[in-house]
Amino acid sequence: MNNFKVLLNGIIKENPTFVLLLGMCPTLGTTSSAINGMSMGLATMAVLICSNLIISLIKNLIPDMVRIPSFIVVIASLVTILQMFIKAYAPDVDAKLGLFIPLIVVNCIILGRAEAFAAKRGPLASICDGIGMGLGFTLGLTLLGASRELLGTGQVFSLPVFPEQYGALVFVLAPGAFIALGYLIALVNKVRG
Amino acid sequence: MKKLTSTWYNMALVLTVISIIAAGALAYVNALTQGPIAEINQKNLQAGIKKVLCAPEAKVTATDSLLDAKGQLAAIRYTTDSGVAVQATDHNAFGGDLTVLVGFADDGSIKGYTILQSAETPGLGAKAAEWFQQGQKGSIIGMNPSKNNMTVSKDGGDVDAITASTITSRAFLRAVCQAYQQFSGQTCCDALTGASAQHTHNKQ
Repeated sequence: MNNFKVLLNGIIKENPTFVLLLGMCPTLGTTSSAINGMSMGLATMAVLICSNLIISLIKNLIPDMVRIPSFIVVIASLVTILQMFIKAYAPDVDAKLGLFIPLIVVNCIILGRAEAFAAKRGPLASICDGIGMGLGFTLGLTLLGASRELLGTGQVFSLPVFPEQYGALVFVLAPGAFIALGYLIALVNKVRG
Repeated sequence: MKKLTSTWYNMALVLTVISIIAAGALAYVNALTQGPIAEINQKNLQAGIKKVLCAPEAKVTATDSLLDAKGQLAAIRYTTDSGVAVQATDHNAFGGDLTVLVGFADDGSIKGYTILQSAETPGLGAKAAEWFQQGQKGSIIGMNPSKNNMTVSKDGGDVDAITASTITSRAFLRAVCQAYQQFSGQTCCDALTGASAQHTHNKQ
């Protein structure tokens, strides 16, 4: 499998949100609007690329029996560093997503890709996998966030589509997240055939 | 290079080295971002104080932290050259803590407010940032907590609650009342007394 295929794999064939169903906690929690979903997806992608790269570089230095704690330390450090940078240089993003950034640590996509891909492949392929999976996750979260925002408030990325009073508020709330996600998964499965 | 085998020695060594490197990286980034983060918090607070006092400039001359009965931080009073602003937190909003900053005129009427920190639902409770402003449906600007009943109309008060977000509205008004209490030393509305809190609870 060449690197380009690895990249596409994460976006379509093994899309983490709609096909692998990984990282459902941030998926449901942060997608109350399109911009929130996209920011969370991009933040996760940044961590995923870095963690995949670092883990593929140090994979031979880590004895098998302690690989999980080692991966977790690497991922947790990266997330904390990202959080500090966001707090310092992107306070608007921090105000919206501050609560969810630490959750990236326990996002199964990141540990899952570290285990399933980065621990077996070279650095370049691992970066491609990080970009692909990250883009797939971002795409999934943005799509879900946009659907919920549209159905709930009549807006997409805060641009009005139809008057707010016709929106069904349930889609902005937690139950709407499950409903919208279910329908999106069904739709994606149908399209993928 | 061949993969390291899982001997006790290797495992202890690798975990120690990884932890030390991670700690070093974190300490470095922390030192790097500490300054900007403190600066942003300071700037937000400064902008908030100016906004709630409706003043172009407001130089803080005194800061008083006030503790509640349990010894926890209840409110912070910022005395400036153009009025007094009080920061207060209610812990029982829909998404946990709701922190407001309220500016008071000398007679105790509300000049302005801003929400410093909240985790309310977008599209519902998060509307609190605009809902209670001047000219909006639930405006509290110009109200005087010693004269007006600062509870939602459902509880017999003078303020229109945010549609479908009564819990947020109540928490917001509780925080405003708490701020007023720290400003004037008097309780403003009966929302803070135990009897009425229970009454509110029953209604939910």
